[in-house]
Amino acid sequence: MADENQEVSTPAPRSQGGRPDGPRPDRGPGGRDGGRKFFRRKKVCKFCVEKIDDINYKDVRLLGQFVAERGKIVPRRLTGVCTPHQRRLTAAIKRARNIALLPFAAR
Amino acid sequence: MQRTYEVMFIVRPDLLEEDMDKLIATLQGHATTAGATVQNVEKMGKRRLAYDVKKFSDGQYVLFVLQADGKAIHELERRMRVSEPVIKFITVRTDEEQQRLTKVRKLREAKVKRPPAGSTPVEAESPAVNA
Repeated sequence: MADENQEVSTPAPRSQGGRPDGPRPDRGPGGRDGGRKFFRRKKVCKFCVEKIDDINYKDVRLLGQFVAERGKIVPRRLTGVCTPHQRRLTAAIKRARNIALLPFAAR
Repeated sequence: MQRTYEVMFIVRPDLLEEDMDKLIATLQGHATTAGATVQNVEKMGKRRLAYDVKKFSDGQYVLFVLQADGKAIHELERRMRVSEPVIKFITVRTDEEQQRLTKVRKLREAKVKRPPAGSTPVEAESPAVNA
């Protein structure tokens, strides 16, 4: 909860929001006065960087990286995947679910 | 209209190897009589299923790659629905995806030959996200 509040109060570093992973390092004094006080690593699209053209539903290893523990598709806000690739990824994950390679809902 | 399809299906885990081969052969036969040409058959082996299908938690995966028209695919799917050992199947049309891939690869090769090219389709994708 506290995380979310922090997220809102930050000067919103445009789209590409950082993942609120656990307790965040405290923003120094004057965290509100516009400047970004702490470093947030820029996320990049795995498929663009590694030049993976084919997002295939049979490649469970690859797809598994973008599925959360409960079997949900991880939003690109968290993974940094670009829109065109996320679209293909989603389609591939849904196909894989239909042939029991990935779960619809785990546990 | 002939198109490329992939048909993946899961066979029940307790089916013996020779019965499995027989099943694959008959399905292949049905496909060819329906007007399809089977290009590749791959037995992907036994795998744990992500969820139970017909009370089985394992399954043997088989992949057909075939050149067929819609009618042939329809017939093959009907056969699989009727055949008892096949517990699940999926058909995916792959020709359009293949075309896209060859196009992308060609573009990439072209740009490798001319290194100073700064605006490549793939590189152009990522800045678009930031905008």
